Amino acid sequence: MTHQLLVMPIVIPLIFAATALAARRWPAAQRALGVAGAAALLAAALALFARVARDGVQVVQLGHWPAPFGITLVADIFSAIMVVLAAVIGASVVAYSLFSIDRGREAFGYYPLVLVLLMGVCGAFLTGDIFNLYVWFEVMLIASFVLMTLGGERAQMEGAIKYVVLNLVSSALFLAGVGILYGMAGTLNMADLHGRLAGIEHPGLVTVVAMLFLVAFGIKAAVFPLFFWLPASYHNPPAAVSALFSGLLTKVGVYAILRVFTLLFVQDVGFTHWIILVIAALTMVTGVLGAVAQGEFRRVLSFHIVSQIGYMIVGLGLFTPLALAGSIFYIVHHILVKANLFLVSGIAERLCGSRQLKEMGGLYRARPAVAAAFLVPALSLAGVPPLSGFFAKLILVQSALEIRAYPTAAVLVGVGLLTLFSMSKIWNEAFWKPLPPDAPAPVEHGRAVLPLLVPVAGLAAMTVAIGIFAESLLALCYLAAGQLLDPSSYVAAVMGELP
Amino acid sequence: MNVLLAIAVGGLYAAGLYLMMRRSMIKAILGLALLSHAANLLIFTAADLTRARPPLVREHATAPPPASADPIPQALILTAIVIGFGIMAFALVLVHRTYTVTGTDDLDRMRSTE
Repeated sequence: MTHQLLVMPIVIPLIFAATALAARRWPAAQRALGVAGAAALLAAALALFARVARDGVQVVQLGHWPAPFGITLVADIFSAIMVVLAAVIGASVVAYSLFSIDRGREAFGYYPLVLVLLMGVCGAFLTGDIFNLYVWFEVMLIASFVLMTLGGERAQMEGAIKYVVLNLVSSALFLAGVGILYGMAGTLNMADLHGRLAGIEHPGLVTVVAMLFLVAFGIKAAVFPLFFWLPASYHNPPAAVSALFSGLLTKVGVYAILRVFTLLFVQDVGFTHWIILVIAALTMVTGVLGAVAQGEFRRVLSFHIVSQIGYMIVGLGLFTPLALAGSIFYIVHHILVKANLFLVSGIAERLCGSRQLKEMGGLYRARPAVAAAFLVPALSLAGVPPLSGFFAKLILVQSALEIRAYPTAAVLVGVGLLTLFSMSKIWNEAFWKPLPPDAPAPVEHGRAVLPLLVPVAGLAAMTVAIGIFAESLLALCYLAAGQLLDPSSYVAAVMGELP
Repeated sequence: MNVLLAIAVGGLYAAGLYLMMRRSMIKAILGLALLSHAANLLIFTAADLTRARPPLVREHATAPPPASADPIPQALILTAIVIGFGIMAFALVLVHRTYTVTGTDDLDRMRSTE
C-alpha cells in the first residue's frame, strides 16, 4: 500500500497529462481531465500525508533494487507537506484556469503542461536520489518553459529567454556538482551520501561542492544576487501561470536547499550556514526594496517573492529546531498566500483593463468582494495578526532572538514593515483611489469574474485557517524540522538493514 | 589523461561562459550547449578514469568480476545528454520565435520586461 501512495503523486499527473494530450482536439475533455487530474492528485497527496504523519518516513525502492543501488522515493513530513501544497495550488490554478485561459492556449496543451509541471514538482519533493532530483528539475523546467512562452506575446518571449538561459545555467552547475559528488562519495542516494560525506577525507572539497549546489539551487530559488530573472519573467504569462510558478517553482529550489543543507552538507555548519544566513538577509532586503520601487501590480508581487525567499532560508541559516520549523511554516504560508495574490491580480487586471497601478483604481467601490479577496492575502503577507503571515514571522523572529541573532531579528521585522508599506501601495492605487479618467476600458465586467473568485476564496480561507490553527501547524512543522535536523530516521528508513 | 580532460573541461567552461556574456541570443544558446557538454565531461572525469573490464555479471554470479569499470557515470551522462538534447531543441525554437516576434538578436534590446 505504501508503494502506491508514494508513486501516486507522480503517476496520476502523468496519466492524466497523457490522456489530455491525446484529447487535444476536444477542449471540453481537456478541461475535464485537467480538473480530474488535479483533484485526484490532491486526494493522493492527502492520503500520503496522512500515512506519513501516522507511520513516519515512507520509502519505496523502485524496481525492488535495494538502496543505494536503485532509485528511492522517500516521504518524510517535510516532503509530504510540500506535496500537499503542490496539489492544493495545482487544484486552485486549474479551477481558475477554467474561466481565464483562452482557447488558443487550451488548444496547444495548456492542461497537460500544468499536469506535467505538477508531476515534476512532486517528483522533486519525493525523490531520495540526487541525480533523480536533477531529472525532476528538468521535467519541471521544460513544462514551465512551454507554459511561459505559450501565447507568444512579445513580453513573454523576452522574459522567457532570460528565464530559460539562467535556469539552464543553474542545471549545468547542478549537474557538475552531482558529478563531483559522485566522484568523491561513489553514491547518489542522499541517505547513503549523508553517511559517506561524514567520513570523507577532504572536508574542504565537500564545502566546495556545497557552494556549487548553493549557487545552482540559489538561481532556481531566486536568492540574492541571483534573482534577476524572476522579476523579468514571472509577470508576463497569464495570471494562472504566474500563480502556479510563484507558488511552486522557486519553492522547489528552496526545498532542495533545505534538503541538501540538512542531509548532505552539515560538515562545516559554521561556515556554510553563516553564508546562507547572510544571503537570506540580503535577499529579504533587496527584494522588498525592489518591490517598493515598482509601479506594476504583478511586478510588485514578483519582487515580494524574492524578499520572501529570504524568510524561507533564514531559518536554515540560524539552524535551530525552532528556526527550521519557522522556515517550513513560512513556506506553507507563502505558497498559499502568494499564489492567491497572483490570482487576485489577474482578476483586478481584467476589471481595470491594465496592469499598471497608476491606470487602475476604484475597485473597492465597484467590487468589494474582489477587494476583500485581495486584502486577506495581502495583510497576511505583510504579517498582520491573526493571519498566517503573522505567526510565520513571529516564529522566525523568536528563533532569532532565542540565539541572540539580533541583527537577523531586526532585518526580519524591518522587512515586514516595508512589505506592509508596498502592499498598502497596491491597495491605495488599485482599490482605494477613484478610477483615473484616462483609464483603459475593462476587459470584463461584473459577473464574468465571479467563478474566478472561488479558488481565491478557498486559498484565502486556508490563510485564515492557518492563523486560527497556528499552534497545530507549528507542532507539525516542529516534527518536520526535527526530522531534518536529525536525519537518522530518514537514513534508517531508506537504507534498511544496510549500514 | 586526467589532466588533459581537466583542461578540456576548463576550456569548455571558459568558452561557454564567454559566449553567454555576449549580447547575441544565439551565442548565449551555443554557450549553454558548451556548458552542458562541459558538465558531462566533468562527470566522466570526476568518476575516475581507469582501464577496466566491462561491468558484465557472469551467468549465476551476483556481482561483476573485480576490476570492472563503474557503469553509473556513463548512465548519468547518457541521461544528461538526452535531457540536454531535448532542452536544446526547445531553446533553438524559442530563439527563433523570439527573433520573429521581437525582430532582434540583441539581448540588450529586450528591455520591455525590465
